Order: sequence, then structure tokens, then C-alpha cells
Amino acid sequence: MFDVPTPQSSSRRDFVKAATAVGASAALGFPGILKADDTIKIGHLTPRTGFLGQVGEYGFKGATLAVEELNAAGGILGRKIDLIAEDSVNPSTAVTKAQKLIERDKVVCMLGEVSSASGLAIAEQARRGKIVYVNTGCNSDELRGKSCNRYMFHVEGSNTMYTKTIGHWQKAKNLIKGARWYFLTADYAFGHDLYRVSSRFLQENGGVNLGNDMVPTNTSDYSAYILKIRQAKPDLVYLNLAGVDQTTFLKQYREYNLPYPLAGGVMDTVPFWAAGIDALSGHWQSLWFHGLTLPAAVAFTKRFSDKFGGPPDNQAWGDYTAVRILAQSMTETKSTASEIIITHLEKGATFDILKARKGSFRPWDHQMLQEMYVVVVKDKAKMKDKWDIFDLVETVPGPNESLELIQPTQQENPCTLAV
Amino acid sequence: MIVLEQILNGLLVGSYYIVLALGLSLIFSLGGVVNLAHGAFYALGAYFAYEVAERLGFFPALVISPLLVAAIGMVIERFALRRLYGEDPILGLLFTFGLAMTAEQTLRMIWGTTGLNFAIPDALRGQLLLGDFIYSYYRLAVLAVCITSILGCWLLLTRTAFGMIVRAGVQDPEMVRVMGIQLRPILTLVFGLGVALAGLAGVISAPMAGVQPAMGIEIQTAAFVIVVIGGLGSFWGVVYAGLLVGVVRGITVAFYPPAAEASMYLLMILILLVRPRGLMGERFEKFE
Repeated sequence: MFDVPTPQSSSRRDFVKAATAVGASAALGFPGILKADDTIKIGHLTPRTGFLGQVGEYGFKGATLAVEELNAAGGILGRKIDLIAEDSVNPSTAVTKAQKLIERDKVVCMLGEVSSASGLAIAEQARRGKIVYVNTGCNSDELRGKSCNRYMFHVEGSNTMYTKTIGHWQKAKNLIKGARWYFLTADYAFGHDLYRVSSRFLQENGGVNLGNDMVPTNTSDYSAYILKIRQAKPDLVYLNLAGVDQTTFLKQYREYNLPYPLAGGVMDTVPFWAAGIDALSGHWQSLWFHGLTLPAAVAFTKRFSDKFGGPPDNQAWGDYTAVRILAQSMTETKSTASEIIITHLEKGATFDILKARKGSFRPWDHQMLQEMYVVVVKDKAKMKDKWDIFDLVETVPGPNESLELIQPTQQENPCTLAV
Repeated sequence: MIVLEQILNGLLVGSYYIVLALGLSLIFSLGGVVNLAHGAFYALGAYFAYEVAERLGFFPALVISPLLVAAIGMVIERFALRRLYGEDPILGLLFTFGLAMTAEQTLRMIWGTTGLNFAIPDALRGQLLLGDFIYSYYRLAVLAVCITSILGCWLLLTRTAFGMIVRAGVQDPEMVRVMGIQLRPILTLVFGLGVALAGLAGVISAPMAGVQPAMGIEIQTAAFVIVVIGGLGSFWGVVYAGLLVGVVRGITVAFYPPAAEASMYLLMILILLVRPRGLMGERFEKFE
């Protein structure tokens, strides 16, 4: 028998179908594993594949470490914690997985996420299921404002917090007034929200907006955008990109070696690590980074590195912290009931979050009040290892300033937490 | 001026799409297999290049990595894919789809989820300024590699005995068999060549876009679109389609960036409406 296909087996129709299947493949994920009962079940949802997958994977590691440590210390209220983790992939998959966690696995609370669009979808499921969801990686102000939700708490900083942190430093150095900025913005919920916040901040402080390009996520070639930036000759290029897109842009911007400095509305360590020190420059803001010298932060970095072979990033910190906050709240209230935990958090319970000052949640929008950091890309000659890319410039707000300094006000981002 | 700059840059970007799409087109034309793992071979090329470049430098990686990818591809073809020729096409689809997922997870397990940092080789750093236009040396080198491999493929297919058998096999496998020529080893070699082109595209993209497990997914879709636009089985169709997609994308970025990635799909729809066979798809009646 001869092995070459018959003509009808290879029509263009099949080919087009196949091309569609390629797209559909992105929607499939890997199922979680069901475990034994009589434990406190906590659901973890974050993208482990796709353009935010690399960041999400660190979040998963952080949550895993926290659960292991808590279980080794006897669990919560004498019960072990069972972390049920799912790859949330995209908003529609996130909804399905959240429903599965709530209805089938009967988790007592959920945490995680990186994508603001998915986080919003999960929060809606949490509200319907009446369980607490701690957002560890969605930055959109909208989640704390127009779409805020009584069941959602935010360990992650909001877009305004990131913008005002770097803005605090830019204002002090007189880098905003009269400066001409060019924006590149990720074309989804997070990017749009960040562009709104960052362009408003520029305008309020007397800067000039030269233009903004909405960039589709997962863009592999930025040369066309870089040529536009070169024509515009801005004083600063402001990146509202996330995940792999950050890495790709940083590398290609370096390739063209344009003289215009970079800053951005968000800085996730993982894409910066992936870009490599040669592609990096400038001042950035950080929610947490492993260069902090506080004993608790150093100890956490050591435990994480011992387990995973590399230091934690801000996302690992976020998911680790969220698990610790949930566990501490359950222990302090001797309950796993979401209503009781919400009341406890709204009353201003404080938590050690591996920063100099303790963290607590604002009762009216559930955003965690906390310090952030301005960091500068390290001199390559002084790097200890490939992860050592930043030096601390300053903590924002400073030791004598209110933690509200970088927060959106109630007027800027109004929220009504209906019961 | 801005438009001209974007057109020239688009041609450059397009040349790199072509290398990936040509491999896909070759494999499909002869074997009838829609290779859904093409993006996985692309990623594999980048990862191998990372390892080889660490030890021997970038330029050896440019040659060695595609050869390694070809070797793996030929082993897979010889022991698995070969059984699926002539069967229901869905089997080939399922097999390569599964292969793609397995490959991506394997990359994650070996090299981790975080992207690897792959810097542009020192010799190719810097930019060329031509009047008001700017080109990075690295991209010009990419262009040279792409043109060389495209011409190399064309010469291989048109000027060698191997190429003649391949083309004859595409047009009329029955007749080739009657002539007493074994197509099996040719199919293995063509699959190897196809995935080697994917691997090569992966190597040259690594310094520009970095190396990460899912890097093949988006770009593979672009390659599919280019093959469909170009017309199945047509060599120059793929070349024109690649350039066209690069240029259309560049112009879209200049005027309406949100549609940049969607532009190639729109282009595909328009071309299929006007010419259902794609740009150059009329030459091979087999695909009608």
C-alpha cells in the first residue's frame, strides 16, 4: 500500500479548520486534582499558561509555599489546608473554574489571578457564591471602584497606587511638568484602566500627552511601534503593558537603542528577569521585591529560594501574603465563614506582610493599605546573580507619610459595597 | 514618510514569517498533514539555540539548532506520523495537536515557566541609519538569513533531483509510484526540512522576542494564515503572502494599532472572498 494521501484527504477546508483548532487550543487547560476531605479547602485561580502564565506560575509557587508552611505548623484551627489550584487561562475559563471550585469542591475562599478581566469575572462568582476572594494580581482601579464587590479584597496594588508611587519620585525630580510622554497600552481591561489613570496623572501634573497606541496582547514584534515612537521624539515612553509583552518590548526597544527613557504604569519582576539586565534601564515602581533587607523579607526569600531554586517575585509575594492573611483571619476569628472574615478585615485587622509597616484593608473599597517601592535598574557590574536587577531608591509613602498618600481617594474611585 | 518606513519594516517582518510558513506549507503539500505542532518545533528551535549559544555562541546555534529540530522531527515522522498518512486527516490533526501540548509542557518541565534571557550577539548589536530610516543590524542579519533560506529552498525544490521528486509527489503521487520511486524516505526528509525551517525561525526570533514555552502559539497561527492566503501548495504564494501580511500589519500599526493583530485575519477573509484558492493556489488541482 502506498502511503501518500488521497486528494480529498487534504483540502483547504481541512486546513482552515485546523487553523481554527489552533486558536481553540488556547481555551483548554489542565484539570486540578481532587484531594481528601476534612480539610479547609482554599481555591487558587491564576493563569498558568498564555501571556500572563509566567507571572501566574510564581503566584502558584507562593501560595503553595504558604500552605506547606502553615500545614507543617499544624494547619488552621487544627485542620490542614488543602489548596485546590486551577489554571484560569482567560476570563471565560476563569468563570467555569471558579464555579467548579465553589460548587463542586466547596472551597471556603479563593485567591489569585493576574488578569484584571479574569479577576472581575471571578469576583462576580465569589459574590454569587458568597465567599471571600482575595485578588493577588489584578491592578485595574475598576475592580476597587465601579466594579468593587463586598466579597473581594485586594492584596495587589491598584493602577493608581503604581502610578502615584513612581509619580511621587518623578514629581520630586521635576520630571513631569512640561514633559512629553508617549504611551503604549495593553489592549484589554487592565491596560485601558491604567491608561486612564496614568494619562490623567500626567495631565494633572502639567505634562503633555503625545499619543497612545493600544497594543494587542501577545504581540511578538514591536518594531512598527518603536518606529512610531522614534518619529514622535518623546521625553519619556510610558509602558502600560503586562506579562510577556513587557519582556518583548523591552528587548526590542533595546535593539533600536532609542534615547528616550522608559517608565511604566506597572512593573512585574518576572518579565523583567526574562528580558535580562542588558535590556533594562530607568526607574520603576515595585509592590515588593526580594532585594528588601527586612529580616522577615530576607527569611521569606531564603525559604522560597531553597524550595524553588530562585528568589520570589512580587507575584509570589502576593499569593503567599494572601494565604497568610486568610489563615491568620480564620485563626483569629476561629471561623472559616466568609461573613465573619469580611467583618474582621473591615474592622482593620493588621497583618505582617514582609514590609516595614503592617498592612490592613480599607473598609470602603477593600484595598490593602501598604508601602510600595521605587527601584532603579542595577549597575550590571554589581549584580550578585541574574535575579539581582534592582536597587531600592525609596519607600513610598515615606516612614512619616500616610499610607493613603498613593491611594485613590473616594472621589477618584468611588465604590459602594452593597451587601 | 511614516507609511514608507512601515512598509519597508513590514517587508522585513514578513520575510521572517515566510520561513516559518514555508515549512508548514511543504509538510502539508507533500504529506497531507496539517502540522499543528509547527509552533512547538519553532519553540524547540529557540530552546536548543539557547543551550548551544551558551556553549558555542550564536552563529553555531543558527546551524546546529535547526539540524537538531530536524532530527527530532524525522524520528517522530518515521515512528509515528508515518502511520497516519492516507488515514482520516483528523488523526493527523489530533496527533500533532497532542504533540504540541506535550512539547510545550515538556519545555516547561525542563527549562521552567519563566522566559529565558537570550541577548542579541555582540557582533550584531547596533543600528544602521539610512536617511531618516533606522534598521537594527540584527534585523538586517535576520533578513539575510531569511532570504538565503528561502532561495535555498527554492533551488532545492527546482534544481535538484530531490526537489523534482517532491514536486512530482505533490502533483501526482500515483505516477511517482508507477515510475518506481519510493516516496517514504522523501516524506521523512521533507518533514525534517519543514520543521528545520520552523526551528530556524525560532532561533532568529529568540534574541528579539525572548524564549518562553508558549512562544510558538501565536506565531503558528500567523503561519497558518499566510499559507491560506498564499494558496496551498504554492511556493511563491507563501512568499507573497508573508510579505503582504508584514506590510499590512505595519500599516495598521501606523494608523490603527488595536487592529494590528486582527489585520491579517481580515486580509485572509478578503482574499478568500475574492480568490477562494488564495493568491497563487491555482496551480495545483489537487487542492481544489
